[in-house]
Amino acid sequence: MRGNPAKAFELTNTQVFRRAALPKSYTDLLGRKLFLLLLTIQGLGAFALITLGVMLKKTGVARNVMGPRIRQEIARAGVALMPMFMFVAFALGFLVIGQTVSALARVGATDYLGSTMVIVVVRELGPLLAAVLVLARVGTAHVIELGTARAMGEVEALEALGIDPVHYLIVPRVWGMMAGIFSLTVYLIIGALASGYLWAFLQDVPLTPGDYFKQLTEALGWLDFALLALKTVAFGFFIAIVACYHGLAQPLRLEEVSRVAVRAVTQGVVVCLLIDALFIVLYLVA
Amino acid sequence: MNENQNPAAIEMRDVSVGAMRDTSFTVVEDVNWTVAPGEFWVLAGQQHSGKSDFLKMTAGLMAPVKGSYKLFGNETQTFGEAELPSRLRLGFVFEGGQLFNRLTLGENVALPLQYRHNLTAAAAAQEVESLLDLMELAPLADVTPANVAADWLQRAALARALVLKPEVLLLDNPFSGLGARHLQWSLRFLDRLWRGHEWLGGKPVTMVMTTDDLSRLAGWRDEARRFALLKDKRFTALGSWSRVETSNDPVVKELLAVPLAATM
Repeated sequence: MRGNPAKAFELTNTQVFRRAALPKSYTDLLGRKLFLLLLTIQGLGAFALITLGVMLKKTGVARNVMGPRIRQEIARAGVALMPMFMFVAFALGFLVIGQTVSALARVGATDYLGSTMVIVVVRELGPLLAAVLVLARVGTAHVIELGTARAMGEVEALEALGIDPVHYLIVPRVWGMMAGIFSLTVYLIIGALASGYLWAFLQDVPLTPGDYFKQLTEALGWLDFALLALKTVAFGFFIAIVACYHGLAQPLRLEEVSRVAVRAVTQGVVVCLLIDALFIVLYLVA
Repeated sequence: MNENQNPAAIEMRDVSVGAMRDTSFTVVEDVNWTVAPGEFWVLAGQQHSGKSDFLKMTAGLMAPVKGSYKLFGNETQTFGEAELPSRLRLGFVFEGGQLFNRLTLGENVALPLQYRHNLTAAAAAQEVESLLDLMELAPLADVTPANVAADWLQRAALARALVLKPEVLLLDNPFSGLGARHLQWSLRFLDRLWRGHEWLGGKPVTMVMTTDDLSRLAGWRDEARRFALLKDKRFTALGSWSRVETSNDPVVKELLAVPLAATM
């Protein structure tokens, strides 16, 4: 493809379909939806590949511009969300872990505590919750910012100045999301496990901190750490791709930006669930 | 003379241009046009006559629908990485500026330089200081575009396009909405750029600008400037100002703001 990558995914056909008259039958509706789904998958796939290509090819290009931009995005998708995640970690500890520990203690099954916590919190709830929260807080902002930037002609201006919009606008956001979701997941898991024990302790569950910690370490394998890192980075990459694709890749009018933001969140959640399902298979196979 | 030794800055053969938003809709057809280095062209046309789309295609922001477009003698469609050196010889000023809203005016001007030469923000700010002073933008350097009047945004956009010292400058309706003071300043400044400004080492800049109001250019009466008209999807070279003034084309008269009674 030559130049102008942001315009490579304009779904002119999609827009035609969306503007078309109401379908005459349910089969028409189904066909249209299926076609739209395929076009969206094609657009997202192409956008992901091009972004990945730019990330690899332009590593180190304009380091003095990109370095601060990446740090800014990491702060936005990571550091800035830490207070909120502290609250969520305590809530998660109370809602899930505190009750689970208490229930297992009542039936005398505290031996299963470690593996239950690892499956529920480390493998599933922690990464998924972190990804969805970052999507809601930062992903929507990306769609709105990029959509507005494109509608106001800022993307065109970057191209006119010889600055690759994918490199300048998308790559920092992808790095920010990947680093942010990974770090916040670790933070959330540690906070939830600690607060979970605190809630259980307050319920007089007969479990010492040493036993609790020992069970957790025994249940955790190297694969959990490796797959946790992979999964959160994958969440970050694809959430950023979905958000940026909807903001940048399609020409938007200002009034369309909010509607597209909602669509991006929905698709982001679906992508997260699909990645999660893929990793469940990986856990089972491994 | 070997064509490649001194190629035309811009050369179009049978070029048709689509609308930026929907390239299937052709806005200008069959353009045959050559801009030699050092020339100053003014493309006049009514609003929505396709001037902006034509200029954006010239800047490589979209490919021509058909025809051959050569920039500095090289066949060009849109600019990829390989054509970047050609692109950087060309500056583009958008109508209204199209500045980056999250950056200050100073950062907007410095960004192309910072990105291209991998400068730190402080080093880039130092580099553009003289340009900001020259364009009287220094007091506004730390202000974001949302807090600046449109006249100054247009001037900042011009500074941003000049920061990489282009050989060809494309300006989309640069005088639109300017107050009298800014208009006079812009007319004088563009004239100096064209003749060779000391900030650019005295090297003349090839200029192409669009306008929907020829009456604002009445100060440019010298015969050296070339005028063209975009009308009904056609590009027509008019010639110098004297040809524009004597034209009987009703659109030209309208763009010159000739009083209605005089045209009847």
